[in-house]
Amino acid sequence: MKNTLRQVLHSGKFMVGFVILLTILLVVLVYPLIIKDSPLGIIGQGTFFPPGIYVSTYDSLNAPKQYTLLLTDAAAKRIANKMSNDDRLAMKEWLVADGVPASEIDVTKTASLLDLWEKNYDPKKNIPGMIFAKVRYYQRVNTSVQGLLSTEGAIIASKNAQTGALEQASTINQSDYVNLSQVANVRVLPLGTDNFGRDVLTELIRATGVSLEIGLVAGIVATLIGLSLGLLSGYVGGMVDDVIMFFTNLFTVIPSIVLLILISFSIGQDQRGAFTIAVVIGFTSWVWTARAVRAQVVSLRNRDHVNLSKLSGHSIVHIIIYDILPYIASYVVMALILQISSAILIEAGLSILGLGPRTTEVPTLGLMMNWAMIYQAEILGKWWAYFPVLIVIALITFSMNLMNTGLDQVFNPALRD
Amino acid sequence: MGKVILEVKELTTKYITRFREDIYAVDHVSLRVEEGKSLGIAGESGCGKSTLALSLMGYYFAPLHYTSGEIVIAGRNITGMKPDDVRKMVLGKEIAYIPQAAMNALNPTQKVISFIEDVIHAHDPSVGKKEIHDNARGMFETLGLPAEVLQKYPVELSGGMKQRVVIAVSVLLLPRVLIADEPSSALDVTSQKMVIKMLRQLMEIGFVGSMIFITHELPLLYNVTDEIMVMYAGQIVEKGTAKEVVFDPLHPYAKGLMGSIIVPEQGLRNVKLTAIPGVPPNLKNPPSGCRFAERCKYVMPECKTNSIGLRDLDGERAYRCILPEKELRALYQREVKTNA
Amino acid sequence: MPDEKTICMKASGLTKVFGLGRQKTVAVDHVDLDLYQGEVVSIVGESGSGKTTLAKMLLGLISPTEGDVYFLGKKRDLSSQKKKQDYWKNIQAIFQDPFASYNIFHKIDDVLLDCIYMRGGRKFPSEEKTGLMAKSCGFVNLKFEELTNKYPFELSGGQMQRLMIARIFLLKPKILLADEPTSMIDACSRATILEMLMRLRNETGMTVIFITHDIGLAYYVSDKVYIMEHGKFVESGTADEVILHPKAAYTRRLINDVPKIYEEWDLSTV
Repeated sequence: MKNTLRQVLHSGKFMVGFVILLTILLVVLVYPLIIKDSPLGIIGQGTFFPPGIYVSTYDSLNAPKQYTLLLTDAAAKRIANKMSNDDRLAMKEWLVADGVPASEIDVTKTASLLDLWEKNYDPKKNIPGMIFAKVRYYQRVNTSVQGLLSTEGAIIASKNAQTGALEQASTINQSDYVNLSQVANVRVLPLGTDNFGRDVLTELIRATGVSLEIGLVAGIVATLIGLSLGLLSGYVGGMVDDVIMFFTNLFTVIPSIVLLILISFSIGQDQRGAFTIAVVIGFTSWVWTARAVRAQVVSLRNRDHVNLSKLSGHSIVHIIIYDILPYIASYVVMALILQISSAILIEAGLSILGLGPRTTEVPTLGLMMNWAMIYQAEILGKWWAYFPVLIVIALITFSMNLMNTGLDQVFNPALRD
Repeated sequence: MGKVILEVKELTTKYITRFREDIYAVDHVSLRVEEGKSLGIAGESGCGKSTLALSLMGYYFAPLHYTSGEIVIAGRNITGMKPDDVRKMVLGKEIAYIPQAAMNALNPTQKVISFIEDVIHAHDPSVGKKEIHDNARGMFETLGLPAEVLQKYPVELSGGMKQRVVIAVSVLLLPRVLIADEPSSALDVTSQKMVIKMLRQLMEIGFVGSMIFITHELPLLYNVTDEIMVMYAGQIVEKGTAKEVVFDPLHPYAKGLMGSIIVPEQGLRNVKLTAIPGVPPNLKNPPSGCRFAERCKYVMPECKTNSIGLRDLDGERAYRCILPEKELRALYQREVKTNA
Repeated sequence: MPDEKTICMKASGLTKVFGLGRQKTVAVDHVDLDLYQGEVVSIVGESGSGKTTLAKMLLGLISPTEGDVYFLGKKRDLSSQKKKQDYWKNIQAIFQDPFASYNIFHKIDDVLLDCIYMRGGRKFPSEEKTGLMAKSCGFVNLKFEELTNKYPFELSGGQMQRLMIARIFLLKPKILLADEPTSMIDACSRATILEMLMRLRNETGMTVIFITHDIGLAYYVSDKVYIMEHGKFVESGTADEVILHPKAAYTRRLINDVPKIYEEWDLSTV
């Protein structure tokens, strides 16, 4: 026993899978203790805010103390950031029309573009063939560029409570800075928000937890059913075996996903909690466990140690518990791991079809995929709404399959290298 | 003295376990097989007889490693050859090997004839199918195997037939030495006899030059081989002609082994069998003196400390004991007298 | 020292059929067997002759399709767990493969304790239990102190089979059924095991049934030999009669096919 455990711990595959799963579990357990937000709380007014650090603009203006930093590249960065792509293209268009060779102009290099513009542009210059509206357009572009280049600060005005007139409250210079830690409201959204404006990270972690719970419940249900039916039909044999195997074979030929869809549909949206779905998945995926356990028990039943146990006067229950179960335990554990990972996948599949748990209580990995799909996150390029979910599903199933293969190599010496 | 086909000098090989321990399963073994002769290797399980068989081929793969010694087949030294070269140039042509339970090694989806094609093509891809079929049929007929077996799948054959087919396939290239490791131990007596008959036939016809036969069943060994070598804990403890070793064993272990033979022959009912107490030593750290000392009836204090070499007697006879032949025989005689 | 008067066990018309319809195979075909108290009997047959099926029916591990087994004059009754337990106090077995005979999750102590419990020793003080275990191990030349808290698979095949004999020593059944007890063991351990089995029989006077394919072994140990082919006994009689003067062709073939040492082994007969 101890030796087996040592071998399990020495199996590289098992340990890699185990560490991945353990990390996921730890995050799922620890994260809610630190971030106490409700996973389905809507925080964003609008859909699909990209990942990033969100700083309250109002609070940053009113931050307790302002700092002045004189950074050489600050202006260049600001201009580069503020100059829109349309403006850049318009500038290039005018310059080309003016006779500057197109090859010399690189719209991505802000400094050289501005340089060329300053040198060549003259609002009064008349370029032959250019209509008046276009000329005015370039003049507007020029104004905005000049505005960008201006080094003046912005004036903050506040409304006088009595008169209603605007009064200058303060000015903000371009070299003014705020310390982020002194801004009252900063929110980090590493994975942005989803279509409802919910924090994707918080939602994802809760969803991972729920999906693991679903997997565990479904896996345990399936394994228990499969194990007891397999033991019964394998050990008792005869008529019992025939009847159980008839039903097992029946379930084998009916694709379980069809069965699941029908059952989920007939339960109805309101009745479908995460737990219900888990139990339903469990009830439809015990077939392979039952068949495999039966095959193992049939070969064990005629082994001499079972005969010897009978000769020692032990009852059937005693023999099953002490002489059969320990021999198939390793196999059952492996089957359980596979059942859990496949249940998580099945839940995701069902939810994508809109037949998962009802949407108001808890998120699941499948539901998140479903929402992302309905709101066309993949078409809009809002990767943060679905890609992290995919990664988590892949990581969970990968780690569990890795653990399974690792265990297989330990328990099945034929596979050992 | 006939032409020597296989000569092994002081061969030592070891297993390296997962925990980096060395186990010397074959310890300074020397042997010589002449053309047309067969050598038997006897010993209990774990004594290194199967490892010796593997080592003789010069084909080493982890965890078995070559340590020292020489293997010379028909004048060619094959020690130190690369495994790939050994496979191409030695296996099959020079040495054929029939492992334990070889009959279960047949691929169930292939007909017997396609094994034969595989074997021939592995060594000479240019041989035509027709030629192979004709040769195989001829060979099977010579060996008394029905030719229709060639077109059958392994599952259609009985265990004894499968084993004979495996043997026939392994001697296709007419090897100089055939090593048979327990070739008949999983079979019932009738199939066993057929296998034995076939092995003898192979030698008589000349399909194989000579044979090394490994088993723990002594009556079988006695009937198949000309010479017998008894191994204990990786070492040779006694060798000689089959008759000498079976009826006049010198080493106490060989004596015990021969005293445990049971055959259905008159006068042998309920005779006292010699049982050897204890278990063989662990080869991870073998005893420094005689390896059999722990279990030996006649043990003396020197046995446990002195390292003991093989004592060569006349001819090929040798044994490994601290006592000279005369004293050993006197010891045995005295025991017979006290028992009587 | 067989007692020629008391019939210890009797089987009449024992038949076992496996499968149905076209796949029907008759493994054991109307076998009659009288076992006298204290006899050593061998049932010899090749693989597939039905000898193991017969053994399992005698043991009560599988129920016969037809025929009855009588134990000590009364018809055997295995209708309840209690009655089975009572029957198995009287008949025990040693199986062929020592490596498959033990539950690898149970320690050697558990194996032996099970036997003590079966003989009603559940309430014995622990020193007495240990004493009994040590005594049984001593009988088969094993040291209990070295075995306690070990698992059977840590022993060699021969030692495991000796532990099986220790089990029988504790159980003291009236009948011991040894199903190929030495076929997976080296020749020199075989001698040890046979010697111990015979010593145990001489001490307890139990009846021993050897199931074996080895006609040499059958001749060596038994008073009576039964030769089995295709589920039937083709010849039976005392060991000397059957082995030295075989009448049935099948027996002659079996004897011919075994390698000899003192006589010439005739290879031409296959």
